[in-house]
Amino acid sequence: MNVLSQKYWSPYVVGVAIGVLSWFAFASADHPLGITTPFEHTAALIFQTADPALTQAYMQKTEKQPVIGWEWMLVLGVFSGASLSAWLSGDRTREIVPELWQWRFGSSVPLRLAGAFLGAALMMIGARIAQGCTSGHGISGTLQLALSSWVFVVVIFSVSALTAFIMFGKRGREHV
Amino acid sequence: MFDPPDRLLLGLVTGTLFGFLLQKGRVAKYPIILGQLLLKDWTVLKIMLTAIAVGAIGVYGLVAVELASLHIKPMLWEGVLVGGVLFGIGIAIFGYCPGTGVAACGEGRKDAMVGVVGMLAGAWAYVWMYPLLVPLIGDDGDWGKITLPEVTGIPAWGWFVLVWLIAVGVNVGLPHSRPVMQDQSEKTALH
Repeated sequence: MNVLSQKYWSPYVVGVAIGVLSWFAFASADHPLGITTPFEHTAALIFQTADPALTQAYMQKTEKQPVIGWEWMLVLGVFSGASLSAWLSGDRTREIVPELWQWRFGSSVPLRLAGAFLGAALMMIGARIAQGCTSGHGISGTLQLALSSWVFVVVIFSVSALTAFIMFGKRGREHV
Repeated sequence: MFDPPDRLLLGLVTGTLFGFLLQKGRVAKYPIILGQLLLKDWTVLKIMLTAIAVGAIGVYGLVAVELASLHIKPMLWEGVLVGGVLFGIGIAIFGYCPGTGVAACGEGRKDAMVGVVGMLAGAWAYVWMYPLLVPLIGDDGDWGKITLPEVTGIPAWGWFVLVWLIAVGVNVGLPHSRPVMQDQSEKTALH
């Protein structure tokens, strides 16, 4: 069986490959892997076009010009790469409400989508306040032995696990 | 406003490889992320710790031969703690992190697609609230762009050894799920 069409690669193989990919990112672009900065830049660009007054404080304080750059294309690439992998392996799904969520909150599609929207928005606000996400802090920052990144990953894993246990309880483990 | 085309292409290639690996590693799936948060399926931490252990040595090597430079994020205590708490709550509700959420869209997951729109809305809210957030992300409590070797006096190689020990320990000692074929239908099993 062609490895590219397999649905599962061992986490050890994937972990080693992402580690090597981070070498490539540093060597070729002198840039760590990260996802959320381009979201901030896109939002700032839209704001800037719609109403420059709103972003004035942001632009002055950050002293940076939002760009469509390497990181923006990286995000686009994550989507196309995952699409390619899912297509090659037939690992696509039409599922909207995951089984665990359904067991706990019912099969309502609007409820799941509202949860996804609000959870993701909260996550992004947190990422921008902390200046990194699971990629930017969680992999790229920790591998550089940054203190901020190690504090961040310990906090996010503790808080997210606690939240998950509050939401789903121990019995939720039977549904993942 | 735009990077040069070759750099844009480089970003796209790097991202494509990253997204491909995330999908193959099965972390673009809600049950795998929640399985990790409920401490049942350790796929996420196995991938992260392995990537960190392998990545650290190569990146420090590249820096040593001056082919790259470190990009350390500042230790803003309030920002990292408050941001980390909001991020942690958000990830448990959404069921994906930013990178795996984008990758999950590639699997056709509609909840992830709505979440990516939510991420843009969150970024919007951040830019809008920015003047109010400045005290959190400003100079107060800022230790600067500091690394573990600088804080502790323990050299980088000592930290590499520690990271490798943790990575090997988690990889060997804790379970992760993998799909098994069963009567034409696909189930997952811990092993």
